[in-house]
Amino acid sequence: MSGATTEYQRTEDGCFTAPLLLTYPYSRTVGETLARFFTSLRDGRIEGTRGSDGRVYVPPAEFDPITGDPCTEWVPVGEQGTVTSWAWQSEPQPGHPLDHCFAWALIRLDGADVEMFHAVDAGTPDAIVTGSRVAVRWSAERQGGITDIACFDLIPADMDDASAAGTPDEPPAAEAPRSPANADEVLRLRQPVAVTYEWSAGPAASGHLEGLLEGRLLGRRCTSCDQVYFPPRNGVCPRCAAPLGEEVEVGPQGTITTFCIVNVPFLGQRVKIPYVAAQIVLDGADISMQHLIQECEAHEVRIGMRVEPVWKPRDEWGPSLENIQYFRPNGQADTATIRATS
Amino acid sequence: MTRDVAIVATAQRPLEQHTRLTSVELIAPAIAAALRQAGLERDEIGFWCHGSCDYMSGQPFSFVSAVDAIGAWPPVVESHVEGDGALALYEAWIKIQSGECDTALVFANGKTTAGPIDRILTLQLDPYMVAPLWPGATAIAAVQARACLDAGVVTEAAMAAVVARSIADGIANPNVGWGTPATESELLARPYVTAPLRAHDCGLPADGTVAVVLAAGDAARSLCARPAWIRGIDHRIASQRFGAASLTESSSATSAAHHAGVGADRVDIAEIYAPFSHQHLLLTAALGLDTERTVINPSGGALCANPQMAAGLIRFAEAADRILAGVADRAVAHSTSGPCLQQNLVAVLEGA
Ligand SMILES: [Zn+2]
Repeated sequence: MSGATTEYQRTEDGCFTAPLLLTYPYSRTVGETLARFFTSLRDGRIEGTRGSDGRVYVPPAEFDPITGDPCTEWVPVGEQGTVTSWAWQSEPQPGHPLDHCFAWALIRLDGADVEMFHAVDAGTPDAIVTGSRVAVRWSAERQGGITDIACFDLIPADMDDASAAGTPDEPPAAEAPRSPANADEVLRLRQPVAVTYEWSAGPAASGHLEGLLEGRLLGRRCTSCDQVYFPPRNGVCPRCAAPLGEEVEVGPQGTITTFCIVNVPFLGQRVKIPYVAAQIVLDGADISMQHLIQECEAHEVRIGMRVEPVWKPRDEWGPSLENIQYFRPNGQADTATIRATS
Repeated sequence: MTRDVAIVATAQRPLEQHTRLTSVELIAPAIAAALRQAGLERDEIGFWCHGSCDYMSGQPFSFVSAVDAIGAWPPVVESHVEGDGALALYEAWIKIQSGECDTALVFANGKTTAGPIDRILTLQLDPYMVAPLWPGATAIAAVQARACLDAGVVTEAAMAAVVARSIADGIANPNVGWGTPATESELLARPYVTAPLRAHDCGLPADGTVAVVLAAGDAARSLCARPAWIRGIDHRIASQRFGAASLTESSSATSAAHHAGVGADRVDIAEIYAPFSHQHLLLTAALGLDTERTVINPSGGALCANPQMAAGLIRFAEAADRILAGVADRAVAHSTSGPCLQQNLVAVLEGA
C-alpha cells in the first residue's frame, strides 16, 4: 500500500482537503485449482470443476460451495454460452473490460451448470436479452487470468453451435491433467488497485495547517483536561474523548523528551544515516511530536536538550510540518526535569 | 443458557450527504450522546466495539485512530469489526453472553463519500474471478435485479413503490430530512443508470455515525424504564459465488430470521437494511414479514440515505428507539453485507 497527496485546497467550510491516491500492488498466489484454470485460459481453453451435486462450475469451484468438499474432477466446456441475467453499463468506468457501453452478464457456458460473471459487447441494450447466446472473445495477449477473456460477443443465430447442432456445444474431450510442477503454469495473479479519495484534515487540524502556511505553530487545548495538543490530532482528546477547543500558539523552541539514533537504511529514507529522530515537546504544548535533530553529532543528543526549528525557504512552504526541515540545538541550558508525555 | 441483553440507549449523528469531518470528529459526539442517554460514564462501559471499513475511509488502520473517539484512558477493552456496526453489535452481544462484561457500547461510522464507493465495493468481490473486471456494487446488484424481474419475484412498479415510501419517510426522519417526494409513475419515468436499476433504486451515499449501548439483565433495567430486549439474534452467510445459489431469494436472510425467531409472534415494526430497492422486496419475503401487519422501515431505510458500515447498526437503533419509546412491542432489526445479500444478521427486539 502506498499513498500520495499532491494538491490541496481549502473548502468553503474551512477544511484542508487533498486528493489522495491509494495504490495496492496486490499479487496473489492462485493455488492448485485456479492455476490450472488460468493456465488453460492463457492457452485458449476453458474448463471447470464438478461439484458434489454433479453441477459443473466455470470458473472452477475449488471446494463445493454447498458441501465444502474439494472439487477434483475437471470438465472441459464450450466457448459459447447463454446469458441468464444481465445489466447495462451505460457509462464504462476505468478498469472495465470495455471502453464503451456494454452489458454485465451471468453466462452459463455450454457444458457448465453454474454461471460466470463477465461482460458482453452487445452494442445497445436492445440487442441483449436474458437467453441471448454469446461466445468468448479472447484477449489478444493472454497472461493467465479472468481478463484473458476480453469479453463475450452476441452470436448471430446462424453461427450458434447450439442451434446448429440442436444441442448445446459438445465439449472437447478432456485432456490429461497437467502436472502441477509444470514450470509454465500460472502461479500468480497481479491485481493492482488504485483508488482516489478526498482526504480531509477536518476543521480542528485545518487551523493548524493554516498556521503552518504562515510559519506559526498552532495546537489546540482540550476542553476537558486543558492539555495542549500539537498537532491537534483529529480534533478530539484521546484521553478524554472531549473536543479540542481554543487554538494555542506553541514553540518554536522545544525540549527533547526522548530520541533514537537511526543507523538502518530503509526504502524511502530521505536523510543520511546515522541521524536522530526525537520526540520534542514544544514550549506551551503538553504532547510531544516527532522530528529530526541535525547540526550536531548524533551522540551529543540527549533527553532535556533544548532545540529550535530550522525552516525551509518560505517559497517551499505548504500546509505541512515538513516546512520545518529539522530541529537543532538552540544553546539554552537543558531542561532538568522532563515530564513524560502521554 | 443465554443472558438477557437489551439495547438501552441509541444516538445518531444526523446524516450528511458529504462531510469533511474526520472519522474521529464524526464518532465522538455520537458516543457522547449515547452515554448521556444511558446515564453512563465512559469507565462504566465494559466493552467497546466498532464497525467500519478502512477501504471506505481511504485510511489504512483508521479504526486504530478511531480509538481517540473513545477516550481510552485508562485503557479499555475494545474490538473492531471490518464491516457494518451491526456485526460489532453481534460481537458485543456475544461478549456479554460470555459473562465478561455487563455493558457494551457499539459504534459505527460510514464516510461513504470519502471515495468512489461503488468502485471501492468491487474490493469485496472474488479477487480472482470478478474483481479484476471492476464491476462495482451497482452492476452486481443490477444483474440480481434483472434475475428477480425475469423470475417475476419483483416488478419495477413494486420497486418504485418502495422508493417512493423511502423518500417520504426519509423527509420525515430528523436524521435524514432531505429528499423530494415522487410518485411511482414519476420514478418509473426516470432513466436507468445501470439497467434495470435507476439512480433512486440505489441507496443514496451518505455520511454518519451511530452509537448503541447494550446492557445485561438488572443493569439494563436500572438504566432504562423499557429496555429493548434482544430476544433472538442470528447471523448467516452464503457463498459469494454468483450462480451457486439463487439470486432471486436470500436463503441466508431466511435462515437468520428463522433462528432469530422472527416468525414466533407478530412483528410491529421492522427496520431492514436493503441497499437496493429490489433487495427490500427480497428481504421482506425472506424474513417472512407481513406487510399488512408490520410497518417496514419507518425511518426510510437505506435507500434515502446509505451511510455504509453504519447503515445496518442504524437499523438496530431505529428499531430499538421504537421499543424504548413504547410505540412498538416487538421489532425486527436486520443488517446485510456483501454482494447480493450474501450476509444477513437478524435480531428480534421486544419491550417486555
Ligand atoms: Zn483531554
